[in-house]
Amino acid sequence: MEKKDALINYCLRLGDSSLILGQRMAEWCSNGPILEEDIAMTNLALDLIGQARTMLTYAGEIEGKGRTEDDLAYKREEREYYNTLLSERPNGHFGDTVVRNFLHSAFFYHLYQALKNSSDEMIAAHAAKSIKEVTYHLRHSAEWLVRLGDGTSESHNKVQESLNNLWEFTGDLFEMNEVDELLIKEGIAVDLNSIKKDWDKTVNDVLERATLSRPEDEYMQTGRLDAMHSEYLGHLIAEMQFLQRAYPTAKW
Amino acid sequence: MNSNSHYTKEQIWGFLSGIPDPEIPVITIEELGVLRNVEITLDKVIITITPTYTGCPAMKLFEDEIISTLKSKGIENVEIKMVYSPAWTTDWMSETAMEKLRKYGIAPPVKGTEDKGVLFSSDQKIVKCPQCNSENTQLKSQFGSTACKALYQCNDCLEPFDYFKCI
Ligand SMILES: [Zn+2]
Repeated sequence: MEKKDALINYCLRLGDSSLILGQRMAEWCSNGPILEEDIAMTNLALDLIGQARTMLTYAGEIEGKGRTEDDLAYKREEREYYNTLLSERPNGHFGDTVVRNFLHSAFFYHLYQALKNSSDEMIAAHAAKSIKEVTYHLRHSAEWLVRLGDGTSESHNKVQESLNNLWEFTGDLFEMNEVDELLIKEGIAVDLNSIKKDWDKTVNDVLERATLSRPEDEYMQTGRLDAMHSEYLGHLIAEMQFLQRAYPTAKW
Repeated sequence: MNSNSHYTKEQIWGFLSGIPDPEIPVITIEELGVLRNVEITLDKVIITITPTYTGCPAMKLFEDEIISTLKSKGIENVEIKMVYSPAWTTDWMSETAMEKLRKYGIAPPVKGTEDKGVLFSSDQKIVKCPQCNSENTQLKSQFGSTACKALYQCNDCLEPFDYFKCI
């Protein structure tokens, strides 16, 4: 594998995870449990889609075939997306969304902290920029997790169940292949084993505050690296891409 | 001779510096710190800007405004360059801009209070009510009417208000 191909793939991983999680958050628009949360969740969506734009634009530039951020977001098929399996999990109830966002934001937070020192200037700048936004996302979801986990017995049981259900998608966040190997040597990517240690610490701290128990690492789902997805991604992109597919030359 | 040569870099900066933020029209792209650089090359003018938030919808409007403002001065070949580093921070906002925000009803960022600890840090900063100047205010939501604002409420005059949050 050449460095160029590895770098394109790496940018797609970052960009796609933001894009898909952003699309999930956008699905909350007008469906939030209270007005403040509706606004908060659509703000999260906006940040995530902004982060996706930077990385997809960059991936298109490196590729050099004239594909824009929009081409990459709206004209790829399901098996061409490299987002994390966790990002595509359905919103479920508010507690499901809070748990998913917490686990994912903690991942982004520690990943971007490390990528600030990437030898690739664009990735380093992107990480330094995104960390400011992701810090708010992590705090937002962690505060809700504590509020719900340490709330009533019903809210506690519900988020514990969300956590148990989502746990099997967390192993995929930290899987690596030859792309990582090559880019770590170049100082561009970071070793996800070390991100996992930081992530574990954050997750354990917050779960303890939230009086929730950390599920056992039993069977873990896998697929991100090979663009293998759950049945949910196809439905998500069908909706996300509808306009571009129905009216291929549509512009704002 | 190139088409841009009758303007200096400073003049072009001057044309652009007054472009208002579409969402907070009392402050300009210069005061916000979004306008970073003007460069004149042989065949074009390169304007460097940096986004406040990655997903800020105002950025596209800034670009359109820059292009149309320069066009009105007869400058046709304009390139907008978006840079991400150094990452935009509210610390770049001038005192004048902060005062304008306050008068407009938005509490300006409390400088240097970007939280170092991510989680559950004792959020001790005092955000004064832009209406009655009371320090007795409370955070309602970290996310407000636009990406850059949080929602507060004053416990004295009871008015809700936007706080331009620190990043
Ligand atoms: Zn007041």
